[in-house]
Amino acid sequence: MSMYKSVTNRRSFIKKMAMLSAMTAAASMFPGILFASEQEKGIPENANLDWKKGPCRFCGVGCGILVGTEKGKAIAVKGDPNCSVNKGLLCVKGYHQIMCIQSKDRLTHALVKKNGRYVKTPLDEALDIVANKMKGTIADHGKDSVAMYTSGQSTIPEGYVASKFMKGAIGTNNLDCNARLCMASAVGGFLTTFGADEPMGCYEDIDHADYFVTWGNNMAEMHPVLFSRMLEQKSRRGAKIVDFATRTTRSSTASDRSILFEPQTDLAVANAICYEIIKNGWVNKSFVEKHCNFNKGLTNIGYGLEDKYKFKDKPQKIDFESYKEFLKDYSPEKVSKYSKVSVKDIKYLASIYGDPNKKVVSYWCMGMNQHTRGTWMNNLVYNIHLLTGKISQPGNGPFSLTGQPSACGTAREVGTFTHKLPKGVVMNEKHRRLAAKIWKVPYERIPSKPTYHATEMFRAVDRGDIKFIWTQATNPLVSLPKTSRYRPAMEKESCFVVVSDVFPTPTSDVADVILPAAWHIEKSGLYGNSERRTQHWNKMVDAPGEATADAWMFIEVAKRMGYGDLFPYSKENHVEEIYNEYRQFHEGAKHGMAPLEVLKKESGAIWPYVNGKSTQWRFNAQYDPACSNGEAFHFYGKPDGKAVIWQRPFEEAPEKPDQEYPFWLNTGRVVEHWHTGSMTRRIPVLHQAMPNAYVEFHPDDAKSLGIRNGQNIKVTSRRGSCILPASINERGLPTKGQVFVPFFDENMLINDVTLDAFCPISKEPDYKKCAVKVQKV
Amino acid sequence: MPIKSYLAHAIEGKKEELMKALMNLKQCEVVPAENQDVFALVTDTPNEEEEGVLKEKIEAINSLKLLSLVSGFNTPQN
Repeated sequence: MSMYKSVTNRRSFIKKMAMLSAMTAAASMFPGILFASEQEKGIPENANLDWKKGPCRFCGVGCGILVGTEKGKAIAVKGDPNCSVNKGLLCVKGYHQIMCIQSKDRLTHALVKKNGRYVKTPLDEALDIVANKMKGTIADHGKDSVAMYTSGQSTIPEGYVASKFMKGAIGTNNLDCNARLCMASAVGGFLTTFGADEPMGCYEDIDHADYFVTWGNNMAEMHPVLFSRMLEQKSRRGAKIVDFATRTTRSSTASDRSILFEPQTDLAVANAICYEIIKNGWVNKSFVEKHCNFNKGLTNIGYGLEDKYKFKDKPQKIDFESYKEFLKDYSPEKVSKYSKVSVKDIKYLASIYGDPNKKVVSYWCMGMNQHTRGTWMNNLVYNIHLLTGKISQPGNGPFSLTGQPSACGTAREVGTFTHKLPKGVVMNEKHRRLAAKIWKVPYERIPSKPTYHATEMFRAVDRGDIKFIWTQATNPLVSLPKTSRYRPAMEKESCFVVVSDVFPTPTSDVADVILPAAWHIEKSGLYGNSERRTQHWNKMVDAPGEATADAWMFIEVAKRMGYGDLFPYSKENHVEEIYNEYRQFHEGAKHGMAPLEVLKKESGAIWPYVNGKSTQWRFNAQYDPACSNGEAFHFYGKPDGKAVIWQRPFEEAPEKPDQEYPFWLNTGRVVEHWHTGSMTRRIPVLHQAMPNAYVEFHPDDAKSLGIRNGQNIKVTSRRGSCILPASINERGLPTKGQVFVPFFDENMLINDVTLDAFCPISKEPDYKKCAVKVQKV
Repeated sequence: MPIKSYLAHAIEGKKEELMKALMNLKQCEVVPAENQDVFALVTDTPNEEEEGVLKEKIEAINSLKLLSLVSGFNTPQN
């Protein structure tokens, strides 16, 4: 491990590993535990380190890091004490992040498949092949036969260039990203309720809230630094944490109260909370009258299981009385029967939100978003905050967290979804005209209809409709649902596959061309985190071999295809030039981005950045200069300035346990690994701590099936199967009748088993619910 | 040449005391958690016998609530 080169002997190295093992073990036992002083200990004595600031590479929290470099090598990481996100703290993944870049199997040169074997190829030649293939495919089959699938880990400039290249240069909306798999329902919720994406509050809410309600959100493992900030408030001020989930996790055991519900019934419980709020007179009437409308949409909207599924909601205005009438089906007594949440617990949850003297923040992430009614679930939590007026104030607000470092900054703000543009959507003429003007392309070139969202994009590959696909910084053949269909699809000769990545993955295994990408600190870039904070970093070390920044590889291919005039950026300074061009899209008080000079100096700035200041709480006139209606609150994303309280019913999941497949399957993550594990499984201490996936059982289920810990179990659905060791009373505890499997392990592909049903509004798949059977093998 | 790592849990309110006691033991490296009464502890001894003696010394510390083994390595001396 060259990270510890200056720790000269093997024995010292082993001691270091032993210490890291202990810290990793502690991280899995104590949610949010932090070993800040270790950061300094990892630094070799007499080191003359140059510390460079940036954001962490992993989750959407966006912790500030300082990377210590010496003689062109990154050798230490510590939390940035000047970053308000993490105040110098980091989680176990954050500390160890740079250890992966020296991995022996790092992709350092382009590889081109010739006669079934990968041949090391000069990058220039590989980019020629990619450009020629893309150009030829468009000539033969039309511009909608080529597609690009990018990432919430792409930097803002990378996402911007991808969008400009596909939508502005080629003229196809065949661009989508893996944030579709984790955040699209949050976007759908924000747009339908507020007409403007991303949370209104910020992490400082943690310092003010009396209650934190986590909705299907294991923050202790997925957002450990934020969870540690909550625990600090719990011990310092007596703030309370209530965990509402389908599985008992590290977060549940660290919370003041853990409430478990039957999968999918969160829809009903949220409505029951609203029922109680109205019944008990806890509605903030003046807030609702001034700032809210009531709408209903279509019901029985399907699950997107069939190819080319289409859905468009038809919103219809209703009044408060009809909404109240609708909620009569959701009394705590009625909902308790199928949600398995006691009447007492439903009333307890309602009383937290209903108490006018208590400040409440709701947090959620994949549990609510990866849901066949994900947009509805987001709407329903907003309903609770809107009915009580607990929104857009310090310590009061709904807050959807992101899983990737730039799911907000790149996927949502730059807009690397099929329907999006850097400002607005392709369906809107004004937005297309603005993009055409800034990009200097004919307005007619940008198509007005969205094409393929992520799942449908890979279905189109399977059907042979897409004949060229380029994936970047993502690993869909581990992360898509129902990979049992999409792996063979990507192996078909009908589609030419280009994969840009830092490490080989199951996705690069099916590529025709593999492009070696520079990692995070080997290039300059910008990310945008969950609290609307944009963070910049400068390149810190050189990438190995011919590994190159993805943005630059896109530009090189665009130039080879004859679009050079649209990409007049310089290799040395392209990040700055692209960001300055991109900023023009968001000018104004509602979404102004901080100038690069500010981002270079500070550990990020929150947009809207107005008159040299971050806006911490949007829609609140006290903090947000964009409010212009003369009232205390202004939901200016909607034309009439009012947010929408949506009437959304409980509807069943598309597949439920039955006699043949008697268990719910829930999938998720673990603290040691980040998503598909392509980086963290190359960090020895993290890999050692959690070397493989497992299937968790409730002890009663394990006992009745005669299953012991570690015994190999075949988990089978109607799509496929996966063999994993059983885990009983270890990391998490699923409810009876449910099994849980983490998805980080490419050797145990649980997504061969999952279902590719999605929310018809957001098109985000549901990884949390399908039916499986289990057999000892 | 055993190298072992442990989690050492302090009795409530005695974190500082445990820290001092552990740091006084020559063959121990200690890293305190910022926000829990827990230490990551690595011991480095020439043989199993001395490791056993050291473990007894650690377990005799009054401010220690619990000592749990995380990993063990055995290497030739450099």
